[in-house]
Amino acid sequence: MSGVRLKDLAGRKNPLTEGHRMCPGCGSPTALRQAFMGIDDPVVVVGATGCMEVSSTVYPYSAWRVPFMHVAFENAAAAISGVAAAHEVLARRGAARKDIKFVAFGGDGGTYDIGLQALSGALERGHDFTYICYNNQGYMNTGAQRSGATPRGANATTSPAGRVLGGKLERPKNMTEIAAAHDIPYAAQTTLHNPADLISKVRRAVETPGPAFVNVLTPCALFWKIEPSDQVKICSLAADTRFWPVYEVIDGRHVLSYTPKNPRPLEDFLRAQGRYAHLFKKGEERADLIAQAQRDVDEDWEKLLGKCSRSALTSASS
Amino acid sequence: MRRVLVCSSLEWWVSWLDCGDERAAPGRGRCGRIEMTSGNLAFAEAMRQINPDVVAAYPITPSTEIPMRFAEYVANGEVDTRYVAVESEHSAITACVGASVAGGRVMTASSANGVALMHEIFPIAASFRAPIVFGLVNRSLGAPVNIHCDHSDSMPERDSGWVQIYCEDAQEVYDTVMLSVRLAEHPDVLTPVFVCQDGFITSHCYEPVEFLSDEAVRSFVGAREPRYPLLDVENPVSYGSFTMSEYYFEIKRNQIEGLNHVQRVYGKLSSEYFALSGREYPVIDRYMSDDADYVAVIMSSAAGVVKDVVDDLRGDGVRAGCIRVRMYRPFPAMELREALRGKKCVAVLDRSASPGGTAPLAAEVKSALYMQPDRTPVFDYIFGLGGRDFFPSDALRVFQDMMEFRYEDGARYIGLLEEDDQE
Repeated sequence: MSGVRLKDLAGRKNPLTEGHRMCPGCGSPTALRQAFMGIDDPVVVVGATGCMEVSSTVYPYSAWRVPFMHVAFENAAAAISGVAAAHEVLARRGAARKDIKFVAFGGDGGTYDIGLQALSGALERGHDFTYICYNNQGYMNTGAQRSGATPRGANATTSPAGRVLGGKLERPKNMTEIAAAHDIPYAAQTTLHNPADLISKVRRAVETPGPAFVNVLTPCALFWKIEPSDQVKICSLAADTRFWPVYEVIDGRHVLSYTPKNPRPLEDFLRAQGRYAHLFKKGEERADLIAQAQRDVDEDWEKLLGKCSRSALTSASS
Repeated sequence: MRRVLVCSSLEWWVSWLDCGDERAAPGRGRCGRIEMTSGNLAFAEAMRQINPDVVAAYPITPSTEIPMRFAEYVANGEVDTRYVAVESEHSAITACVGASVAGGRVMTASSANGVALMHEIFPIAASFRAPIVFGLVNRSLGAPVNIHCDHSDSMPERDSGWVQIYCEDAQEVYDTVMLSVRLAEHPDVLTPVFVCQDGFITSHCYEPVEFLSDEAVRSFVGAREPRYPLLDVENPVSYGSFTMSEYYFEIKRNQIEGLNHVQRVYGKLSSEYFALSGREYPVIDRYMSDDADYVAVIMSSAAGVVKDVVDDLRGDGVRAGCIRVRMYRPFPAMELREALRGKKCVAVLDRSASPGGTAPLAAEVKSALYMQPDRTPVFDYIFGLGGRDFFPSDALRVFQDMMEFRYEDGARYIGLLEEDDQE
C-alpha cells in the first residue's frame, strides 16, 4: 500500500495505549490502533458505549493519550457532530488548532442498530469526521446477543441455536452500503487481514473532507469462540471466503481492494469458529444452513462485483 | 415586581411600576428598545445578542420558533454561530453536550416529547459539568397528544442535575437567558440550565419586552472560558469514563456541590444584572406576601392571574399574597421557609401531577415547611393540565378555601370537568 511503512508507524506513540482492559485476542483495539496509524494530525476521539469504551476508560485511568469522550450508546455520531461544529467556530476564532481530525467509533450494535439514526443524520449533515465501526457482529459487551450485523446461522444468546432453530435466522444489514447510500465522499470496509489496508483506508477517510465511514470486521475471540492467537487467521479467512469483501466506495464508485486469488469455501470460515459449532455437530449437521450461508455470501459478492464493474465503466467513460 | 401595560391610542407605553420596595432602576445597559414580541422570539433575540458558538436543535411545538428565528439570524449573517439542524432531539442534546465539552458556548430549545426523548442525556450533560442554556417551552406530555402548556415535560427532569428556572412572561424569559449563560458557565456551578416558559401562553403571546443594547449583552455575558475543553489536544482529557461503586458516588457528590453553589452565584449575578437592566429576579417572587395571612404558591405565567386576585382581595381587606417560585432547581427551600413563616394557610398550585404521589411543587413546599416549630398548613391543588384555562374565579376559590380552612387530604383539581358538570 502506498504511503504506509509499517516499520515507521510501529515506532510511533499510538493514541490508544497498551494496558487497556480488552480481552486477549480481541480485534477491536487492534483495529483502532491500526486506524490511528493512518492519522498524522492531532485527533479527538468519541466512542459509543461498548467494549472499547468501558475497557479503555476505567476511572481513574484512561487508555487515551488524546482527548476522548463517551456520551452514550446510540449517539457517538451526534456527539462528534457537536464537537466538530464547535471546532469550526473555535478554530476560526483562534481558540483551537485548525488541524484537528475527528474520529468516532462504535461497535456494530452502536452503529447498525441503536446508533443508526444518529449516524445517518451526521452523514447527511456532512460534518468532517471519520466513523469507524468495529464490527464483531453482536452485542459482545453484554454477552453475545444478536445484532443487525450478526450473520445468518451464527449462534447468539438472543438467537440461540436450539433443537428447532439454528441460530440467527435473518440476514444482516449491509451497513457499508447504507452508509455509502448517503452519498458521502468515502465509505469502506475491511478487516484485520492486512494492517496496511486498514491504515491506508483510514488515512484516506480522514484526509477526505466531509464524512467518511469505515466498517472493520473485528473478531471477538470470546464469543466467536476462537483462539486469541487466531485473530489475523480468522480475518484472512473472512476475506478469502468472500464472507467480508474488502472494498471502498470513493465518491460513489465501488472499488475492490482485495480479490482472493483462490477463494475458499465459506465452510472454512464457519468451521473455524465455535459460534457456528451447531452447524457441524456430529450426526446433526446442518448442511442446509451452511449452504444458505454460502448462498448469502455468493449473492452479496455478485452484487458487489456488479457495482464495481459499473463504477469501472462510468469512470472509463467519463 | 409587577409590570403594568398601558394602552394609549395606537401606541404602546410600558411602565414599570414599583410595588413598594423597589429601588430606582439603574439600568445602564438599557437602550430604550421596547418591542412587542413573544417569549419564543424574545428568547431568540437573546440568542442573537449572545451569539453562541453552537446551536443544535430539532423542531417541536411550541418551541420551534426559537430555532426557526435563530436559523434566520444565521442565514442572514447576524451571528456567526454554527447551527446544527439535527435529525432528532436526542441528537440535538447530544451535539450540544459535544459542543459544550469541546469548549463552545451552546444553546438549544425543545418541548414535551422532545424533552422526554432527551431524558437519557440530561444527567450526562450535568455530570460532565457541561454548560448549556436550554429554552424549555413547557408543553404537556402525551398521551393524549396535546400541544398546550403544563409542566409535565420539565418536571420529570427535576432530578437530572440541571438548574430549572420558570419564567412568568417574555421579559423574564429574555432576562433569564442572559443570567443563565453566566450561571451555567460559572466555574463554581458549571451546570446546564433550563429556562422554562409556558407554551403558547408565554411563548406565543405578544407583549412588550425591553431589550438591552447588543454591547451591554456582550459585555455582560463575556466569552466562555472552558476549563478542560476537549479540543485542547495538548492537554488531553477523557470524558464519560466507566466507574462502578468505587468512584461513582464521589463524582455524583461533586456534581451536587455544583448545584449547591447556584444560589450564592445567582444572587451576585442577579444584582449585577439589576444594575445593567433595572430588573431584578430573585429566586422566589414575593407578591404582597410579606404581611399576608393567606398565600398561594405557584409557578410561571399563571402567577399573573393569582396576583390580580390578590389585588382584588386586598381591596376587600383580605391579607392575601402570592409567591411565585422562579427557581425550582436548586429549590429555594430556605427562602420559602422564611417567606411562609407564620402564615395562616398556604395553597400550592401545581401545573403537573405526580400520579400516585404529591405533585412536584407541593412536595417541595411541604418538605421545606416541615421543620418549622409551628407548621403552616398547606393545601395542594392541580390546575391547568394540557393548557386548561386558569381563571381568576379559580384563584379566588383557592383563597376562599384557605380563608374558611376547607382542608382536604390530597390534591384538589381546579377547573376539571367532573361528572356533574357534563350533564
